[in-house]
Amino acid sequence: MYNKKYVIVGIIVFVALFTTPFWLGGMGGGEYTRPAIELPKGEKECVEPVEYMRAEHMQLLNEWRDEALRNESRVYVSSTGKKWEISLQNTCMKCHNNPKEFCDKCHISNSVYPYCWTCHIQPKESK
Amino acid sequence: MVERLLTGSKTYYLWLLFLLAIIGGSCLVYWQQLQQGLTVTGMSRDVSWGLYISQFTYLVGVAASAVMLVLPAYFHHYKQFKRMIIFGEFMAVSAVVMCALFIVVDLGQPQRMANVMLYPTPNSVMFYDMMVLIGYLCLNIVIGWVTLEAERLDIEPPKWVKYLIYLSIIWAFSIHTVTAFLYAGIPGRHYWLTAIMAARFLSSAFCSGPAILLLLMFLLRRLTGFDPGRQAIKTLTIIITYAMCINVFFYLLEIFTAFYSGMPGHQHPITYLFAGHDGHLPWVTSWMWAAVIMAFAALALLIPPKFRENEKLLPFALIMLVAATWIDKGLGLLIGGFTPNMYETVTDYAPSFMEISVALGVYAIGALVLSLLWKIALDVKKETGHFGD
Amino acid sequence: MNNSRRNFLKVAGISAFAFSSGLAALAPEKVGAAAIGKYEKGSKALDAKRWAMVIDTRRFASPADYKPLIEACHSAHNVPFIPAADGSGREHVQGIKWLWLDKYEQTFTDDMNAQLPAKVRNGSYPLLCNHCTNPPCVRVCPTQATYKMQDGIVAMDYHRCIGCRFCMAGCPYGARSFNFMDPRKHLADPVPNPAYPTRMIGVVEKCTFCAERLAVGKLPACVEASDGAVLFGDLEDPNSTVRKALAENYSIRRKPSLGTQPGVYYLI
Repeated sequence: MYNKKYVIVGIIVFVALFTTPFWLGGMGGGEYTRPAIELPKGEKECVEPVEYMRAEHMQLLNEWRDEALRNESRVYVSSTGKKWEISLQNTCMKCHNNPKEFCDKCHISNSVYPYCWTCHIQPKESK
Repeated sequence: MVERLLTGSKTYYLWLLFLLAIIGGSCLVYWQQLQQGLTVTGMSRDVSWGLYISQFTYLVGVAASAVMLVLPAYFHHYKQFKRMIIFGEFMAVSAVVMCALFIVVDLGQPQRMANVMLYPTPNSVMFYDMMVLIGYLCLNIVIGWVTLEAERLDIEPPKWVKYLIYLSIIWAFSIHTVTAFLYAGIPGRHYWLTAIMAARFLSSAFCSGPAILLLLMFLLRRLTGFDPGRQAIKTLTIIITYAMCINVFFYLLEIFTAFYSGMPGHQHPITYLFAGHDGHLPWVTSWMWAAVIMAFAALALLIPPKFRENEKLLPFALIMLVAATWIDKGLGLLIGGFTPNMYETVTDYAPSFMEISVALGVYAIGALVLSLLWKIALDVKKETGHFGD
Repeated sequence: MNNSRRNFLKVAGISAFAFSSGLAALAPEKVGAAAIGKYEKGSKALDAKRWAMVIDTRRFASPADYKPLIEACHSAHNVPFIPAADGSGREHVQGIKWLWLDKYEQTFTDDMNAQLPAKVRNGSYPLLCNHCTNPPCVRVCPTQATYKMQDGIVAMDYHRCIGCRFCMAGCPYGARSFNFMDPRKHLADPVPNPAYPTRMIGVVEKCTFCAERLAVGKLPACVEASDGAVLFGDLEDPNSTVRKALAENYSIRRKPSLGTQPGVYYLI
C-alpha cells in the first residue's frame, strides 16, 4: 500500500471523529433530563395510557392519519373502550392546547422538528 | 484512477472553478425557490410543468443515446467505436445525474422525495422511470469504470461486464420509452396522446445525443489532441443522419394525423406552437419555426456525403441539429402539451429568470460530472497510448 | 492493485454486507408498533357505494347564484383567494380553486354545436373535481398521495404529496391546484374555518366531496348552500335523489369520451 502510515492514521482519526456522539454520550455528562412539560389542566387521561403515548404517539398519529384519510374510519376506540374523533387539530389539541409547553419542549430537546402547523391550525392560546 | 483528478493543467482548474461558481450562484437561487416555492417559476395552474421537466425529458434522451456507440461496438463488433465508447458512457452518467436533479428541483416538497420508494406504486409510470434511471446510472458507472480500468491495465475486461453491457443496451431503450410513457398515457392531452411518442423520443435521442457527443469530441480534440478516429466520426455521423431523418419523418406523421383527420383537439397544440392562437403569437412560435429551419438545414448538410464528410461543415450541421431537437423536445413538447389547456383556452408560459438560473446550475453540475469523468478517461487513454491513430 | 488484495477486498465487502444484513434481521421489530385500539366509522357517518353529484344548472340564473356555493366551499376548506400580480382583481394563474365557474364552451369542450340556446351558451357552469370512477390522477401519482376510496371519492393525503404535479398533467378537467406559494399568506388570520387545516407550500390540492363532512353526517358544503339545486347521493342506490334526478332529466358530463366516468352530472 502506498503511504501506509498516513492512510492508517487518517482512517483512525476519521473513525474517532465520526463516532464522537457515541462515546461523548457514553462517557456521562450527557445524562438526558426530561424537560418539564405542562400537562393539560383538568384532564386526567389521554386516548391511551401515558407510557404508550410517550413512546408511540408518532406511530399512533400516522395510523390515525391513514385510517381517517384512506379508510374513512374517523373514530378511534381506545384500549379502554372510549371513543375519540380522529383529529390532531380538533381532538389532540383540544386538551393539549399549549403545544409550546407540551409538544415543543420534548421535540426541541430531542432535536425533532415535525411540521404539523404548516397545515394544521395551532390552538389559539399558544400563539 | 480517481487520483488523476488532482493533477491537471491550469485551464482544467479554471474550468472547474468556473463551473463551481455557476453552481454556487444557482444554489442561492434554488434556496430562494425553496423558501418562496415554485411561484418563482413561470409555471401556473394550467401549465404545471415547465423548463425543468422538459430538460429532464431531453436529457433522458441524451443518456439513452450512448447506446448508439455501445450497440454497434458490442452487437456488431464495430471496433472503430471502441476508443470513443467510454466518453459516451460517461456522458450518459452525467446526463442521468442531471435528469435526477431536474426532477428534484421541480418537486414542491423535495424532502419527501423518498416517498416514491417508501410507497412503491406500480401503476405510476414515474415509479418505473425512477427505477430505470437509477438502474441505468449504476450500469453505466460500473461498465465505464471496469472497462476503463481494464484498458489502463492493458487487459481484457472481465467477462461479466459483457453481460452488463448487453443489459445496458436494452436498458437504454427502456429509459426513454418509459419517459415517453409519462406523456403518452395521459388522456386529454392531445399533443402527447400519440402511440409514436416513444418512437419519436428514441429517434430524437439517437440523433441529438450522438450529435452532442461528437461536438464535445471535436472540442476535446482541439483542447487535448484526443482523436476519436476518422472512421468512427464518419459512422456516427451516418447514424445521426438516419436518426434525424426518422425524427423529422415522425413529426410529419403527427402533423398528417392531426390535420387530415381534422380533429380540432389534435390540431390545436400544433397550431398554437406554429401559428399562435386567435391572432396572438406566443414567443415560442418563432422558436418553433427556427427549429424547423435548422432541422431541414441540418439535414441538407448531413444527407449529401460530400457535405457530411466535410469536417468544417459538420459542426455547424450538428449544432443546428441539437438546437432543433432541443426546441422540439425541450420547449415545444411541454408547451404544446399544456396549451391549449384543459378548458381549450390559452395560458401562456415562459420560464422565469430564476427558473432558467436553476436550470443552468443543473447543467453546470452535469458539466462538472462530465469534466471529471472525462478527465480520468483522457488520462488513461494518454497513458496507454490510445489517444489517436 | 494486486490480485490478492483485490480478492481480499471483495471477500471483506461481501462479508461486511452479509453480516450487517444478518444483524438487521435479528434486530427486534420495534418500529411501527400497531395501535392498541380499534378504528370505526362515526355513528352518524353517511355512506354510499358510489357518491355522485347532480348539478341542476337550470336553477342558477347568473354567476351570482353560484357565489354562496363557492363561498361555502372555500371558507369551509380554507381555500385562499390569490389575486393576480397585475392588480386587476382577477385570480392569479398560480391560484387555488376547488369550485369555480367557467363558460359553457370551456366546461364542455366536447360539445361543439355552433347553435345553442343563448341561455345555455352564455351561462356559467360550476367546475370541480369529478371524482372519476377511472381517475387518471390516481393512476399517475407515484406515491399514492391521491387515491380512490371505497365510496368513489378521489381523495388527497397532503402529508404524502411530493408536489411532482403529475396528477395535474393527468387530470383532463383541470381540477387540481398546486400550492406555488404559502397559502396562509392569502388567508385571513384566524383562518375562515379553524376546525379544518390549510395546506402547505408545494403540495397539490382539490375538492374532496367534503369527505370530512360526510363522516359526521353532513352533506357537502356546496350542496348544503345550494338550496336543493345541487343533489348529492349514492349512484348505485336506485332510490337516491341523484338517481331519480338522472332518471327524470337529460344530463351531461364533462369529456365523457375519455373514459374517466366522472361522478359529477350537469342538468342543462
